[in-house]
Amino acid sequence: MRRTLQLAAVATAAGGFSGLFGVGGGIVIVPLLVLWLGYGQREATGTSLAAIVIIAAVSAGLHALYGNVDFGKGVLIGVPAVFGALIGTWLQQRVPVRWISLIFAAVLAAVAVELVV
Amino acid sequence: MAGELGVVAVGFLAGIVSGMLGVGGGALFAPALVLFLGESQLHAEATSLVAIVPTALAGAWSQGRYGNLRLGEGVLLGSLALGGAAIGVALANVLAERPLRIIFAAFLLVVASQLVRRELRPAPERKGELT
Repeated sequence: MRRTLQLAAVATAAGGFSGLFGVGGGIVIVPLLVLWLGYGQREATGTSLAAIVIIAAVSAGLHALYGNVDFGKGVLIGVPAVFGALIGTWLQQRVPVRWISLIFAAVLAAVAVELVV
Repeated sequence: MAGELGVVAVGFLAGIVSGMLGVGGGALFAPALVLFLGESQLHAEATSLVAIVPTALAGAWSQGRYGNLRLGEGVLLGSLALGGAAIGVALANVLAERPLRIIFAAFLLVVASQLVRRELRPAPERKGELT
């Protein structure tokens, strides 16, 4: 019961981030599964991705009710991303991710500035 | 056309990042739609979610093959997210373009700082990561 409540709390936070920011919510789910529910990092990543399939579908459905979704453009970006994700998961098991993380962090910071300035 | 190519390229690269890091790939979809196709922040975020579904599905399937997936709890997490998602979507719809962009940018900075912290943490604390 306690575990279900913990999962519900994680899910609610992830859902909020997903709906508000148009993301999957993995950034919320993965650390909470590791720190709070005793998951290993890789297991948290895999389980988070399964949860994100449902969370993003629910958020997309809710946004569609408001008329915000452009399905064609979603496919345009989603199809190449599927191929990327398969390559990325394969790479993850073989190369250290440290530098990728740091470079990606720098890219995110630059994008944040670009969006606001 | 150049804008569409940019979106396709970002989709591919963000997919690789999401497969490798397990988090954050979707955070680039919305900015790509805003910066390359001139979409509003709200419409870009909503459309980004459509792209995340197949990307996460491919990632989950792939992680499952490596034995890194607890499907039952993943589905439970997804199912229990409805309430939070409804609140998030409602909030995104009431915010104007500028404030939505600003808090999205702040969110990106939080994601970036979390990635850096994760990498700078001493190895013993990185539970299970080396298995």
